[in-house]
Amino acid sequence: MAEKAVELVNITKKFGSIIANNNVSLEVMKGEILAVLGENGCGKTTLMNMIAGIYFPDSGRIFVDGKEVVIRSPKDAFKYKIGMIHQHFKLVDVFTAGENIVLGVNDGTKYNMKNINSRIMQIASRYGFNIDPQKKIHEMSVSEKQTVEIIKVLYRGADILILDEPTAVLTPQETQKLFEILRRMRDDGKSIIIITHKLHEVLSISDRVAVLRKGEHIATVRTSETNEAELTEMMVGKKVDLNIKRSEPKDPKLRLHISNLNSTNDEGILVLKNVSFDAYSGEILGIAGIAGSGQRELLEAIAGLEHLDSGEITYHDPKTDKDVNLRDKTPLQIRDLGVRLSFVPEDRLGMGLVGNMNITDNMMLRSYRRGKSAFLDRKKPKELAEKIIKDLEVVTPGTATPVRRLSGGNVQKVLVGREIAAAPSVLMAAYPVRGLDINSSYMIYNLLTKQKEAGVAVIFVGEDLDVLIELCDRILVINGGKVTGIVDGRTAKKEEIGLLMTKTDKIENEEATDDAE
Amino acid sequence: MQNKEEKVHEPLFHVSKRSSMPLWESTAIRVASILLALLLCGLLVALFLGKNPADFYVSLFKGSFGSQRKIWKLLKDIAVLLCISVAVTPAFRMKFWNIGAEGQTLVGALASAACMYYLGGKIPEAALIALMFVSSVLAGAVWGLFPAVCKALWNTNETLFTLMMNYVATFFVAFCLIKWTPDGSSSLGILEHGHLPRLFGNEYILLIIVVVLLTVGMYIYLDYSKHGYEISVVGESNRTACYIGIDVKKVIIRTMLVSGAVCGLAGFLIVGALDHSITTETVGGLGFTAIMVSWLAKFNPLLMFVTSFLIVFLNQGASQVSQSFNISNAFPNVVVGIILFFIIGCEFFINYKINFRSRKEVK
Repeated sequence: MAEKAVELVNITKKFGSIIANNNVSLEVMKGEILAVLGENGCGKTTLMNMIAGIYFPDSGRIFVDGKEVVIRSPKDAFKYKIGMIHQHFKLVDVFTAGENIVLGVNDGTKYNMKNINSRIMQIASRYGFNIDPQKKIHEMSVSEKQTVEIIKVLYRGADILILDEPTAVLTPQETQKLFEILRRMRDDGKSIIIITHKLHEVLSISDRVAVLRKGEHIATVRTSETNEAELTEMMVGKKVDLNIKRSEPKDPKLRLHISNLNSTNDEGILVLKNVSFDAYSGEILGIAGIAGSGQRELLEAIAGLEHLDSGEITYHDPKTDKDVNLRDKTPLQIRDLGVRLSFVPEDRLGMGLVGNMNITDNMMLRSYRRGKSAFLDRKKPKELAEKIIKDLEVVTPGTATPVRRLSGGNVQKVLVGREIAAAPSVLMAAYPVRGLDINSSYMIYNLLTKQKEAGVAVIFVGEDLDVLIELCDRILVINGGKVTGIVDGRTAKKEEIGLLMTKTDKIENEEATDDAE
Repeated sequence: MQNKEEKVHEPLFHVSKRSSMPLWESTAIRVASILLALLLCGLLVALFLGKNPADFYVSLFKGSFGSQRKIWKLLKDIAVLLCISVAVTPAFRMKFWNIGAEGQTLVGALASAACMYYLGGKIPEAALIALMFVSSVLAGAVWGLFPAVCKALWNTNETLFTLMMNYVATFFVAFCLIKWTPDGSSSLGILEHGHLPRLFGNEYILLIIVVVLLTVGMYIYLDYSKHGYEISVVGESNRTACYIGIDVKKVIIRTMLVSGAVCGLAGFLIVGALDHSITTETVGGLGFTAIMVSWLAKFNPLLMFVTSFLIVFLNQGASQVSQSFNISNAFPNVVVGIILFFIIGCEFFINYKINFRSRKEVK
């Protein structure tokens, strides 16, 4: 058997009364890819943060190369050749890749960008990275930034790499490329820990899988000896039906007509370019794209929160059979027009809800204006809160609990519950299952499907292509603020969508080279 | 293995956040912190003054409760401070850092004084008082309106803006005083007309009743009205406010109008019920102390009864101590500072837990 690179023994970490990790023991060998699998909130990231020196365990021991170590800071971690690539990149935007990589390295050598860059290129060619050390971070795509983060830890001599959800921001093609690099690193003798909750990735990349559930280490198994169903059962604790029932759209009618939207953000960058599409009642329209491709701006434009340079947003009222212009209307004006538009924004606590307010007060956000009285009526919102807690199985001490104290999944249930309770005719949801466990995710999918069956036009921005293909009737693909294609959810292939997600990039690059000539 | 154990240094302690704490435990921590503060200060008294700490504390206590007159003074000072504290609270709930209560109160006071100066004796007393009330409230509201409008329209920094408005108010008062005093002495003396009525023969009772009603009213406004709800939403997140269609600009302006108006009311009460005159020092820094009172009470008007009492009680005690021990008030103020530090500092232990090193052998 291979040598152990890192060993954790009986690690326990508590946050207040919440046990993030309870007596977890696991090890990583040299030249191995270990997947740490578990639902959101099961303590994967917390556990890895303890190896990387971000958190300190309440009890337990960590061994590196068979010797017990104490890791108090990321600096200590680097001393033991451990490097972590976080889900949210920590790079200086105005610096070049090379400058970011060398930032904070104090190896006693003279600061010479030329030597540094050549060393970076050496690392890159060894493992097959594509990188231009002189490119500025703000000019980079997400996958390029990730490359910088990985080389940053390799440059510091890391032999043990921890990657936290590295594929969350990548297209299928980019994911494949990353996996090839990771395999090459493994063959070079490095130990790689990859945190993920995506089963098919676990099966395709890892040698062994450690499954965590609610802070407990359930088991570590060889990837070759397991399968998707078994892993899910270990993750969730019970058998889960992973199928989404997709019904045929019933009597679809035009509900929302969007034509030629253009929008510029505060920095003068065009975020929506000539976006046009239709949304129909009784269908789920999926929106796919790399994070930050204009999805948020598009939904916010429809909701009356984003300024438009040009374009039309027309709502077709099913009751009066009349067209209503929504362009340049505030959310309040939209509602006063009788348009029942519900919106589950991406930023739940920063936009959809008020974190410091309790569940009842959050229920009122949409409805508090009702009635002529100058005072608030908390009775109905409280009833609604109680109903949502019961119907959606929200785990909370009560309706008086501040929303920020709830876990991500429960926060989302409160938000989605409220938006659905408004009986919408258009329901927009941005990443509604981000950070949710499998059960809650499927509950949300079912809620969306139910809304669709009730004749609501549902617009669903998602990141997991497998889910989009299973759930949506049509899928709109957006890249760089442009619609690059609308495909049928029943026949579309993942690879096809992946190509559309990066489509304009290539054209722009070609244009750029044309210009250069 | 032996020498390796020596290399292993676990940090001595680390801090983690508590999820919640039962009421008795947090109360115990608060009481303990006050006792600790008293103990430490007692030690300092014995060390630096060579006096019996018990005498010191008795004197501190007597500053507020030593005589009936002192009790009334305590109540009066609490009322004035509480009034301004309640005034700044709506803005603070909105996270609009209004540190201009000093100026807003002062222009309110000036407006009342101006009515008294120009109209005193020329119109009936009741009309004069009504006019004083209206003009004070308006003056305070206008003083709060400027920074609010600029914040709403151009996102100016409200902290600097309201601070600057304090200086403008002070110099405006100075200007009026020079104009009103023929000899240029700038001291106006007691104005004869426009005194608020004495209820039950006591000059403070009306003031106290008004402030109590105001405080309870503000609590209801902030916690149970639609306006109060909008203030909280805007304070927590502008984006959420936009998302649900709250007109953020309108709320900022409206809330500062309320805040400024109540400050103006405080100015009216100070001039009409207490001073019957005005100087540049009429508010005397209460506009800043009010910020502390409001903050200590976590912007809950009802809790401000307690926090304003605490501040006034300690201040009055400090000056009593400096009198009876015949020392400058610097030392009593140090003691007051230490006590406040402990009271505020104990919140850390209520919100966070300290985990000390515990090296349990695993094997």
